[in-house]
Amino acid sequence: MNQRIIEKLKTHFADSIISVNEFREELTIVVKKNDIVKVCQFLRDDEELKFDSLRDVCGVDHYRPEERYEVVYNLYSLKNKFRIRLKVRVEENDIHVPSVTCVWESADWAEREAYDMFGILFDNHPDLRRIYMPEGFEYHPLRKEFPLMGIPGSLPLPRKN
Amino acid sequence: MADFSDLLVFTKLDELIKFARKNSLWPMPMGISCCAIEMMAFAGPRFDVSRFGSEAFRFSPRQSDLMIVAGTVTYKMSHVVRKIYDQMPDPKWVIAMGACTSSGGMYRSYSVVQGIDQFIPVDVYVAGCPPRPDNLLKGLMEIQKKIARGEKPGQKEKIYIEETFQV
Ligand code: SF4
Repeated sequence: MNQRIIEKLKTHFADSIISVNEFREELTIVVKKNDIVKVCQFLRDDEELKFDSLRDVCGVDHYRPEERYEVVYNLYSLKNKFRIRLKVRVEENDIHVPSVTCVWESADWAEREAYDMFGILFDNHPDLRRIYMPEGFEYHPLRKEFPLMGIPGSLPLPRKN
Repeated sequence: MADFSDLLVFTKLDELIKFARKNSLWPMPMGISCCAIEMMAFAGPRFDVSRFGSEAFRFSPRQSDLMIVAGTVTYKMSHVVRKIYDQMPDPKWVIAMGACTSSGGMYRSYSVVQGIDQFIPVDVYVAGCPPRPDNLLKGLMEIQKKIARGEKPGQKEKIYIEETFQV
């Protein structure tokens, strides 16, 4: 199955694919940021592959000067009972990624979580708000520079009497 | 004239009110996470809190006078806990059940309040993760003793219930 997917993607999106990695039969494909929607659309609609379910979208902070952030998409095909992983690399000074909500509705909340925790902005997302932290919070807690105990005073407590 | 002396009990009104209050503490179950499971056991037939007159768990704060905070209180939730506390009629008592509620517990992180006494007055702290239901019963009995002594809620020294293990 892995070979089949690689073959298909290479014929259709030869310049979109940055790297392909196979480790213990798990397939990970790094895709160019601006082509992610195209690739996802193809993987979902292709009659043979049919990756019809998006299991998760999550962010990663590598804390390095180049390509600091990463967005990881976990896909599952109900027809083939098969999983793959797509990755997109994001620069710190251009922290925009096209949203895949137009391909899978289920990306909505997962992308909101990645936005809340890492501050990654998903373009064309229908409702990009924080999902866990309170509305007025100004930081993104899973970024590496955020201190474990938070920033004092950033989350208000109710008054005591 | 008939003799009623063995039928009547004479007492002070204060004592009568204290007796009534301490034997009908109605808890507000502020069950926010896993400790709430032990709080349910405390209400159930095995540990049977109705022996102490507290079996009537009220989900309306306006009908309860003891708040059992059982679980991890995040900053986002703290406003809700405080609001519910404010809605309870006086005199009201608070038990901080479990490590999370008393001190943040194992969640030493940006999102969890490191002890609910930062925003509401606590009367009894019950240790454990989660505390055994019998320790929570002991916490309840300490509140009853405080009422019997005529203390005001949230003022005199705090009571700490240590963890015990059943062998
Ligand atoms: S003290 Fe332990 S059992 Fe209680 S809420 Fe915290 S983690 Fe759960």
